[in-house]
Amino acid sequence: MNKKLYIVRCGEVALKGMNKPYFERILIERLRKALECYEDAEAKWIDGLMFVRVPDTIPEDDVIAKCVRVFGVASVSPAVEAPKDIDEIGRLAAEMMMKIIEEEGVKTFKVKGKRADKSFAVESPEIGRIVGAIILKTCKVLNVNVHNPDVTLTVDVRREGAYIFRDKIKGFGGLPLGTNGKGLILMSGGIDSPVAAFMMAKRGMSIEAVHFHSYPYTSQRAQKKVEDLVKVLAGYMGTIRMHVINLLPIQEQIVQNCPEDETTLLVRRFMMRIAEQIAIKNKNMMLITGEDLGQVASQTAEALVVTDSVVKMPVMRPLIAMDKVDIMDKAREIGTYDISIQPYEDCCTVFLPKHPVTKPKLERIEKSEEALDVEALVNAAVASEEIIEIRP
Amino acid sequence: MIYLDNSATTRQYDEVTELMYKMAKENYGNPSSLHAMGFDAGNILFDARKEIEDLMHPGGTVIFTSGGTESDNMALCSTARKLRRRGKRIITTKVEHPAILETCRRLADDGFIVDYLNVDETGYVDPEDIKAALTDDTIMVSVMTVNNEVGTIEPVSLASRAVREYNKAHGTSIVFHTDAVQAFGKIPMDDASFDLVSVSGHKFHGPKGIGFLYMNKDLKLPAFITGGGQENGYRSSTENTPGIAGLGLAARMSHDNLIAKMSRMADVNEYLRNALMTELKDVRLNGPLELGFTLHDHGKRCPTVLNLTFGSTRGEVLLHTLEQERIYVSTGSACSSHKTGDSHVLLAMGLDHKKIEGAIRFSFSEFNTREEMDEVIDKTKAAVNRFRKLGSFR
Repeated sequence: MNKKLYIVRCGEVALKGMNKPYFERILIERLRKALECYEDAEAKWIDGLMFVRVPDTIPEDDVIAKCVRVFGVASVSPAVEAPKDIDEIGRLAAEMMMKIIEEEGVKTFKVKGKRADKSFAVESPEIGRIVGAIILKTCKVLNVNVHNPDVTLTVDVRREGAYIFRDKIKGFGGLPLGTNGKGLILMSGGIDSPVAAFMMAKRGMSIEAVHFHSYPYTSQRAQKKVEDLVKVLAGYMGTIRMHVINLLPIQEQIVQNCPEDETTLLVRRFMMRIAEQIAIKNKNMMLITGEDLGQVASQTAEALVVTDSVVKMPVMRPLIAMDKVDIMDKAREIGTYDISIQPYEDCCTVFLPKHPVTKPKLERIEKSEEALDVEALVNAAVASEEIIEIRP
Repeated sequence: MIYLDNSATTRQYDEVTELMYKMAKENYGNPSSLHAMGFDAGNILFDARKEIEDLMHPGGTVIFTSGGTESDNMALCSTARKLRRRGKRIITTKVEHPAILETCRRLADDGFIVDYLNVDETGYVDPEDIKAALTDDTIMVSVMTVNNEVGTIEPVSLASRAVREYNKAHGTSIVFHTDAVQAFGKIPMDDASFDLVSVSGHKFHGPKGIGFLYMNKDLKLPAFITGGGQENGYRSSTENTPGIAGLGLAARMSHDNLIAKMSRMADVNEYLRNALMTELKDVRLNGPLELGFTLHDHGKRCPTVLNLTFGSTRGEVLLHTLEQERIYVSTGSACSSHKTGDSHVLLAMGLDHKKIEGAIRFSFSEFNTREEMDEVIDKTKAAVNRFRKLGSFR
């Protein structure tokens, strides 16, 4: 079986010092895992690049899509391997160019030469010139254009062989998943929380999720929507465990015993407490939320002080200083946006105050909470959790 | 499990399921094939068509379609195409199913003029309004037989007659169509004559994905789907023979003792309505109070539907609370519960947002019993009270 080569470049991992071997090992493991679905796929490090070989029967786009989803990957290029012989390189480059002409009808090109292996007799600019000349001779329809070519071919002569490639398809960058602890994301069905989870995972953090609902005051479709969102995230991170909690008993207590305009904040405080308990139980070191400064009443600076004060664990808010439009763009990029905008509500309007407080005072909120048996409510909620595993 | 969403869809008769299974396993021939298997399939098709034509007013033909929506599309679009040089006006009502309203919207984009008639607070269209709306450039009137959300029996036999008289007096050729998706198999249809009638199989314990358009023999509509010439050229496509056989059987079974079944549904319907309206405060009936049993009982309510507004509640929350008890109801029509926004039917009846929000539709089949209703009454009362208790803190 013939195999096709893909050159995969890492981003930040290359900048690591003493820990570089550790990051490199995890990254290649993640890449192998992403390619596990192909029989006989292989990936290995050679001189700072990852060489992936996959049977050539598998569509190029599929392999690229799998590779760019691995956090820590900066870019991917499908490549042709050549022996370290300038004429042979030229012949293979021309062959590759013929295929590009047939498929895309391109008119102009240029060749960039690189010589990582200084023992190779031909110098970089010379490589470009010689290979370019061979291509010109073979492909009569082409002209050279060094400033604005339709196609740029790169010839990279390295220690173990020569490689010809065209595009660099960008990955998400970041650090390999699992190199930076584990966090628990508070997942709603909205636009923000999936993006927050994604951004933390991109920095190497493993993710678990907790979702709060108030069935039958919310519908099963609302929860299904959250599961669909987590499924998209699982496409980047592998299987994700989600803890599902029914908040209705707590919401009922709050509605009956506390001031109306504080409802949302009081509920948020319970969510944080429950999430912290679940995080501790499951060895998550921090909480993650999709909060964004000033976006809604419960996300003003004062409100964040009030919600933050119930937990000891650090709370990561990766979107805190982003504008909504940028969060929406990111959601589109990672593929969660269209699911997030489905209409199923994750909170019944009965539990939404008409005029929520925007500048809450901690003492007042704590006073309101005295009407509730906080510990018992939290424990009961944690005990009622359902756990689902969501596979990619 | 108590299923009270029969206006959305019904449980298929077991006999229908068995027949379809047998068809799929054994009689899978294509009626267009010349050999014996094709011949047998053709016979089954013939029998099913005959069965249904016998249940409708004589003098018509049945075109099998994929269901109510397609039948409505065919009725409206083909009539508009045929009569487009005769006139541009189409008359319908504000409470039709989206299959009619959205198709009318598209026809309006193509240059037709659509009149949407108002209804009263029970969802009833005044037959005088229909008469008054007829003009010489009208080409079609489409009024549903029974409203899907509130059960109002519309004055279709009167309207159909008015259209015929108008045609005679003015030399026009206005076509009368009725969407009978919520009527056929639930209320007798045979004593009135219409030009076009839309029917859907799964609303009367038949299969999904099959229905028909009944067409008066004098009305020669242009082809709706062109191809191999099946369904006398009106609607090409290889016949869904298991579906058609199932549809034929379900049509016959639902019409067996139809009047007796209707009285049973009426009893169950009234039993539930009485209990809920007397044992709970602030319950409003949406639709006519009196129940009707024939198309001549227009202005009354078909016994299949009971639509109530429970004041100071949210229908969707009640629905999910009942669903926990395995009781299945609907808020408005099932097709539109995916969309946000208020029911266009209840809006046309003049209900405000609050009243629409608290509306629940119970819809019955011949299988529902009083015993079931006792449980529904208990559970509905509990759901309403629970919600109102919470709401009272607000």
